[in-house]
Amino acid sequence: MSEKRTLFEKVWDEHVVSVPPGRPPLLYIDLHLVHEVTSPQAFDGLRAAGRRVRQPQRTVATVDHNVPTTPRGMPITDPIAARQIEALQNNCREFGVPLFDIDSPNQGIVHVIGPELGLTQPGMAIVCGDSHTSTHGAFGALAIGIGTSEVEHVLATQCLPQRKPKTMMIEVRGTLPEGVTAKDLALGIIGQIGTDGATGHLIEYAGEAVRSLSMEGRMTLCNMSIEAGARAGMVAPDEITFNYVKGRRFAPPGDEWEKVVNRWRNLRSDPEAHYDKLIEIDAAKLAPFVTWGTNPGMVVPVSGRVPELSTLQTEADRSSAQRMLEYMGLKPGTRIEDIAVDRVFIGSCTNSRLEDLRAAARVARGHRVNPKVRAMVVPGSQAVKQAAEQEGLDRIFQEAGFEWRESGCSMCLGMNPDILQPGERCASTSNRNFEGRQGRGGRTHLVSPMMAAAAAIAGHFTDIRNWRFN
Amino acid sequence: MQPFRVHQGLVAPLDRANVDTDQIIPKQFLKRIERTGFGEFLFYDWRHSSGDEQFVLDDPRYRGAGILLAGKNFGCGSSREHAVWALADFGFRAVVAPSFADIFANNCSKNGVLAVVLPEREVAELVRRAREVAQYQLKIDLEQLRVTDERGFSTSFTIDDFTRHCLLEGLDDIGLTMQHESEIAAYEARHPLPSSTKHPSCST
Repeated sequence: MSEKRTLFEKVWDEHVVSVPPGRPPLLYIDLHLVHEVTSPQAFDGLRAAGRRVRQPQRTVATVDHNVPTTPRGMPITDPIAARQIEALQNNCREFGVPLFDIDSPNQGIVHVIGPELGLTQPGMAIVCGDSHTSTHGAFGALAIGIGTSEVEHVLATQCLPQRKPKTMMIEVRGTLPEGVTAKDLALGIIGQIGTDGATGHLIEYAGEAVRSLSMEGRMTLCNMSIEAGARAGMVAPDEITFNYVKGRRFAPPGDEWEKVVNRWRNLRSDPEAHYDKLIEIDAAKLAPFVTWGTNPGMVVPVSGRVPELSTLQTEADRSSAQRMLEYMGLKPGTRIEDIAVDRVFIGSCTNSRLEDLRAAARVARGHRVNPKVRAMVVPGSQAVKQAAEQEGLDRIFQEAGFEWRESGCSMCLGMNPDILQPGERCASTSNRNFEGRQGRGGRTHLVSPMMAAAAAIAGHFTDIRNWRFN
Repeated sequence: MQPFRVHQGLVAPLDRANVDTDQIIPKQFLKRIERTGFGEFLFYDWRHSSGDEQFVLDDPRYRGAGILLAGKNFGCGSSREHAVWALADFGFRAVVAPSFADIFANNCSKNGVLAVVLPEREVAELVRRAREVAQYQLKIDLEQLRVTDERGFSTSFTIDDFTRHCLLEGLDDIGLTMQHESEIAAYEARHPLPSSTKHPSCST
């Protein structure tokens, strides 16, 4: 092993329980987050094998994917969704796993509540049966999305056999221009390296523009690592990280704080540590981005146009783009700002935190949602919702004509009743513009919270850099 | 888990890149709490679209296919293992593509489904054969690490030794990890749960 280690290698080495010959190393998992969609079959597996949850105290569950975002007192009308939520409640009771249930003031999207409760901490190994587990890497944690069989594996053993990924350094030089957010940075990176650009790799994000991001921004950035194919994304923790974690419910208490933080300060890559791949991004060249196709790599600046097929290099790319344009109902060469939207969704584990809602509210203040648009704001958690209401963000949104809803994954993936109708076009702050993702036949354009709010008001995409803020 | 040693079967060509797991099993079918019964929902939206083009799995020529050919980055996006359950339940034992998304490939290996990586030009050749030759079959031999047909196509592939071993034997790897009980316990003794991170035992 080289003496110079990356942040990732330091966290990895700390969690290796065993290196069985001819098999992947066993990693110890500090925190296992669980939700209702990817866990029932895992608990069934435990029951069938007569196994228990090894460390219920290192396991935390919540319901987020299926929950309606209508007022909490209303019944869940979808019987299959209700059954899945009930299965998690029963499983948590049977196996002793703490659950932030649907009526809890701490309920929320699993990747929002982990950090806000202080469960997510620098240097941890974290897993969840959800690809956007990469979000937690913003704290300098090794956070990996896993499948249901692996969920069962971690429940039973608190360990995960894991092949060591390769490492990729993405250094973002300079500062993000006005109107360009962490979301645009994430989209810009995926646009540059492609949706499989980081397959088999763990990304470490560094550079001035990353260091300047708030924790919310870093979470947005790490969240979308999976959209570049990465196993995980990480940012080295610093004072911004420590200040965020300090005082949260499950954070180290005052008398242990200094000691723990001193340990966390070592969680940074050594100078001259080796990476398998290096990518440099010039922040000054980034713009507010909008996706035009059906994967998150299809991005253009809001001031740009839907690409002409002739600009694409291979026949395969052209036929794939042609298919995307048909699905999206777009013509090559159309100005992005001329594309009208029917729906706007502000929410998801990518962009539903207080800072995201503040940014969107700043845009919405004193304006009205275009009468042809239905716009909804879905806070990432009950805690975000309450904090936003204390600041009066709910009133700004509602006065502007946005719906203000209860917390959950909502229209990011449309497992609950919040879905697009066929042909509807949506400006969405979520992470995936796949066909049918937000509802069968729905057309999703990924944007930042500010760009989504502006599109709701203008009725079409519009460049936030020219916005008239009230 | 059902072991995978040698599979010979009909080949269905899905010549698209970046097929995400939302397409393989759309979200409206993720609410089931069982591992079974997902096959009928495989590629649901593509199989039930109103477009002119017939989706490959609706084409009677490919009925009963056990091997799926696909473009690069197959299985990207959501971690949903339901995607693999749906493929397996539909009857697929193997997927052959130029590359796979990491979580999807992992999920395959836990369910007795073999993800075979072949170079893009070889996959393109197989797609051509699967379209042109009636009842086109491939034989995938995990013991010999070879993919062959009866018309002279023969190539080798690689897969990591442990995944191969688990697939060949149909192993439950949880059992393997549990054999490390003393090391896990020793690790836990060295890294006790900090008092502050003790979680409530009920929802509050």
